[in-house]
Amino acid sequence: MPRPDVVDEPALPGQRDPGLATVEAGLDALDAPAPAVQGRRGWRRVLAAALPPLLALVAFVAVWQALWASALWPEYKLPAPVAVWDVVWEAVRDGQAVGILWTSVHRAVIGFLVAVVVATPFGMLLARVRPVRAAIGPLVTGLQSLPSVAWVPAAVLWFGINDAAIYFVVLLGAVPSITNGLVAGIEQIPPILPRVGAALGAGRWDSARHILLPAALPGYLAGLKQGWAFSWRSLMAAELIAVSPQLGLGLGAFLQNGQALSDMPQVIAAILLILLVGVGVELLAFRPVERRVLRARGLGGLV
Amino acid sequence: MTATLEIAPPQSPASVAVRLTDVHKSYGHGPRAVTALEGVDLRVGLGEFVCLLGASGCGKTTLLNLVAGLDSPSSGQVVTHTARPAVMFQEAALLPWLTAARNVELPLRLARVPRDRRRAKASELLELVRLAEVGDKRPHELSGGMRQRVALARALASTLGATDDGEPGLLLMDEPFAALDAITRDVLQAELLRIWRATGTAVLFVTHDVREAVRLGQRVVLLSSRPGRVVREWSVDGLRGADELAAVEEINARLREVISTHASA
Repeated sequence: MPRPDVVDEPALPGQRDPGLATVEAGLDALDAPAPAVQGRRGWRRVLAAALPPLLALVAFVAVWQALWASALWPEYKLPAPVAVWDVVWEAVRDGQAVGILWTSVHRAVIGFLVAVVVATPFGMLLARVRPVRAAIGPLVTGLQSLPSVAWVPAAVLWFGINDAAIYFVVLLGAVPSITNGLVAGIEQIPPILPRVGAALGAGRWDSARHILLPAALPGYLAGLKQGWAFSWRSLMAAELIAVSPQLGLGLGAFLQNGQALSDMPQVIAAILLILLVGVGVELLAFRPVERRVLRARGLGGLV
Repeated sequence: MTATLEIAPPQSPASVAVRLTDVHKSYGHGPRAVTALEGVDLRVGLGEFVCLLGASGCGKTTLLNLVAGLDSPSSGQVVTHTARPAVMFQEAALLPWLTAARNVELPLRLARVPRDRRRAKASELLELVRLAEVGDKRPHELSGGMRQRVALARALASTLGATDDGEPGLLLMDEPFAALDAITRDVLQAELLRIWRATGTAVLFVTHDVREAVRLGQRVVLLSSRPGRVVREWSVDGLRGADELAAVEEINARLREVISTHASA
């Protein structure tokens, strides 16, 4: 509701300083935090990021090779790096590797996504409804420290050796982590933000959608990351124990076969592939998202 | 004696933005109940700038929450004749994941204003607080004073933006400049006056700084502490120079008196 009659009236001559806009602009220029210094760009940045882990990898293989060459252990206990590489390369060449990876990774991804769908509303409920929290909060925290491999026998007896059993184990591994991450994220929200939301007219639903969930995002992301790690290791545990032709050949079964055949190169190759998937998903999926989220909030300058 | 009036000139009911009638507010029950407000009568006219002054425990924040509709009185009436009141806090409390412009847009989004209109309104309000260029910056890239101006633009959006029919606005400010440095506070006080004149919004401004109250307000209302009651009010509209200083002196003296009564208790 503009009141033009008052706008132009110099009612308070001392304070209608004609330089107010200029003073303010000067103050803004002085007080605004300096923009973050841009790091190195392009290939130099990629090199700076990739070189240290590459060097570490080379050193690791060199030590391995040296230990093998010293023949302290028999070949069937410590194979040469080249022997392991041959197993991997062979599997890649005949297309078996793609099949193995696909079997495991698609299971882990589906299990993880279902866990997200289950854990997100569950986490909201746990964080916002006090009686629910009091009743099952400790249980959820306890479940997080229970190795999900402990569920494999029960899952097999309930569902038989099939996909349902595997997904059950994966869910019990991932859901508590994601739930706890979301609860922690919501707990760390500064209390002023929900108050502001209410003052601006946000109802319960709007407040969750526009204030609570975005504010809890860093904690939620940490929970998701941990949830993925738990899905992946639960899946490996399940595949390792519940081996059956009808489950297909996943990484866990590949590892199990290696043990059954006393094929140490295959065992090590399987372990390396499991590790590779874990690191790859972390680097390609979670790290960039996390970095973007933290940067936008002026957090995590060191990441 | 100064040119201050003890009672402001009467206004017709039609020009009232907020009226509190015999408002009581207490928290808790039985012997442990705490009375925050006791029989508060207060009126803010449309487009009027009223400063609420009081020491700690005078129930300033309680009073603002009642007017904002975030809380309801134990007894008595709170009636507003304006659009949704907007609240501004001591902290800017911007959402750190949204840009300045998106923060200003948020109340419009919550009011289901279509995107084009809320974009236009937000940039208009950022222009008003002279922050048009930093609309796409995030809160952590702004200084404290700039953040508080974004918060002011957001509050204006909240009270003025949702309606098109020029319904009068009401701005509730809870010591909004208390956490700023002296230079920034001085500039922002001048800014607030400019914006208040430009928008014609009624302002209910809580402070514990007598100088600030006299400089900004048309009327200063002094509240007692524990429980909060209206002790007295002064009309300080347009006071300058010696008159302004005298008013500050007088209100200060009364404030000290009120605070002293708590020494024995």
